[in-house]
Amino acid sequence: MKIRHFALPALAASIAALGLSNCNKGGGDAIKVGEFASLTGKEATFGTSSHEGTLLAVEEINAGGGVLGKKIQLLTEDNQSKPGESTNAVNKLISKDGVVAVLGEVASSRSFEAAPVCQDNKIPMISPASTNPSVTEVGDYISRACFTDPFQGAALANFATGELKATKIAMLTDVKSDYSKGLAKFFKEKFLANGGTLVTELDYNGGDKDFKAQLTTIKNGNPQAVFVPGYYTDVALIAIQAKQLGLSVPLFGGDGWESSVLLDIGKEAMNGNYFSTHCAADQGTPKMTAFVDAYKKKFNGKTPDAMAVLGYDSAMLLADAMKRAATTEGPKLRDAIAATKDFEGVSGKFSLNKNRDAVKALVFIKIEDGKFRYTATVNP
Amino acid sequence: MQQTIQQLINGLGLGSIYALIALGYTMVYGVLRFINFAHSDVLMLGAFAAFFLAPMVEKALGPQSVMGAILVIILAAAICACIGMLIEFLAYRPLRKRPKLTVLITAIGVSLFIEFTCQNDAVLGSATRSFPKLLPEKQFTFGNLVIGSTDILVPVVTLLLLGAMWLIVQKTRVGTAMRAVSYNQQAASLMGVPVNRIISFTFGLGSALAAVAGILYSMKAPGIEPLMGVQPGLRAFIAAVVGGIGNLPGAVLGGLLIGILETFAGGIPGLSNYRDAIAFGILILILLFKPAGLLGRATIEKV
Repeated sequence: MKIRHFALPALAASIAALGLSNCNKGGGDAIKVGEFASLTGKEATFGTSSHEGTLLAVEEINAGGGVLGKKIQLLTEDNQSKPGESTNAVNKLISKDGVVAVLGEVASSRSFEAAPVCQDNKIPMISPASTNPSVTEVGDYISRACFTDPFQGAALANFATGELKATKIAMLTDVKSDYSKGLAKFFKEKFLANGGTLVTELDYNGGDKDFKAQLTTIKNGNPQAVFVPGYYTDVALIAIQAKQLGLSVPLFGGDGWESSVLLDIGKEAMNGNYFSTHCAADQGTPKMTAFVDAYKKKFNGKTPDAMAVLGYDSAMLLADAMKRAATTEGPKLRDAIAATKDFEGVSGKFSLNKNRDAVKALVFIKIEDGKFRYTATVNP
Repeated sequence: MQQTIQQLINGLGLGSIYALIALGYTMVYGVLRFINFAHSDVLMLGAFAAFFLAPMVEKALGPQSVMGAILVIILAAAICACIGMLIEFLAYRPLRKRPKLTVLITAIGVSLFIEFTCQNDAVLGSATRSFPKLLPEKQFTFGNLVIGSTDILVPVVTLLLLGAMWLIVQKTRVGTAMRAVSYNQQAASLMGVPVNRIISFTFGLGSALAAVAGILYSMKAPGIEPLMGVQPGLRAFIAAVVGGIGNLPGAVLGGLLIGILETFAGGIPGLSNYRDAIAFGILILILLFKPAGLLGRATIEKV
């Protein structure tokens, strides 16, 4: 009996020592990178695409010998497109799994939710596609691989007055989404400065199903186009009901439209509408063509969307920064990410500015015959 | 003026859906004196039943036929009636002799159970899916006014079902038994009314109504997901209380009222964001000034 009493603490101590030594090695012979994404739920295609892009990037990095002599191990958490879940997911990734960096999310509201957790824990976070400026304003550990809404909003405003030749526009904003409200604000500033008039400004709640009330008022204002800065599940229903009410002017929006589900639900009602996004699979650059081929090969012939490209770019950016920093320590990795210059991404060449936002071109896509067609590139 | 009429048409279309859902709430309340919160989830299950049935029916009867649509609706309603009776049997019947509050909280539990089970990827998954077209759609235009075929279909179906429910409750033996159970369960059972069977039947009927409402709702907005019932369910619940809970025509009146007011608010800049506040505002006013609801009769409860 006596022996047991001695043996137990000794055993415990040796287990603790084992655990500690494991920690010191930085999680064995792999670098742990966390990812949180909306793999299910309302914006499921956002998370699925960015996750698949990230997966492809990690696979390519590991096939090329990994980073700093180690392989990258990707740990993914699903936040079900729900508010509140991202904080839990990132907390788990950092404190339980011990990741050295975090990749995610597409939707700005959810990136904004997770960013303070990464900032407090001094873990660098790269958002692939959140465009609301407030995301990287959380702190110096947060950066992104995409442009921000002041740029996108201004480009959309120029597109409205230029390409669409529309000076009378109606706007329908999702009041539940930081992304939608931000994009609407920056669009409005530039559009008014361009000499346009907003004839009607109305709101909806993300997840609503009936938009006829708002669309009737919009139709009554006789706009030349309707700006809908929302996410695809809502936009598809808005387009259908607009057609039903005989509102035949084009609708246009931002990168929240980018999903094949937009066409699945909206069908022919989506034809003739436009949106801006990060890149297009048919834009014809050599890097993009190579990426599309590799993606199709891995995911059963599926054509990648912009979120997949950005998922890939964000992971590649992180790997590149790790190589330059020659370490995975938070502060040094943070500085290396912030110092990214002329990075050759699939979505185009970009650098991070002093706010750790990527400065890069955007593309416009027109929906024709139930397909996305690349129409133009706008440089910053 | 034209815009007002157009909004009235939109509001009638939306309000009729709320009315249809409210009929289900009110029927169950009428017999059992408790709110079946799982009603809005049965509505979602009805929409999904139609989603899976439609391709099969289409194969048999050709695309977008009237017969096919009716068949899909009847089958989905039958499935949901079974689900409704099953819910009652498993969750509520064992609590028949317990306080009403226990049953009410169980109802919330059942609702959450269905929502979260269905959101699991192995069941339905939480992604939004495209609801198939059951009927060809047509828009009728009168000058600037547009009336869609669904906007006509929904109120007509609602009124027909209201009529059918009223006939069942007032003119049939089952209806008489339902009213007897509603009046006094113990006395009814002493008179030889099979109380459990009548309650089962009420749940089946209410759930079938929910399925029809779910399908009509999905025809208006063809994107369906496991949480789609929550928002219309809440509005319909308010509608049922506003109209006088337990009262069938009251439920329809309440539904139309909420739908029309919500639509008018939605079309006014600055107010479009306060639609929920308006619905709840009406609820508070009604509860303050006419607690029994618009068409409800105040009853004295013996304690």
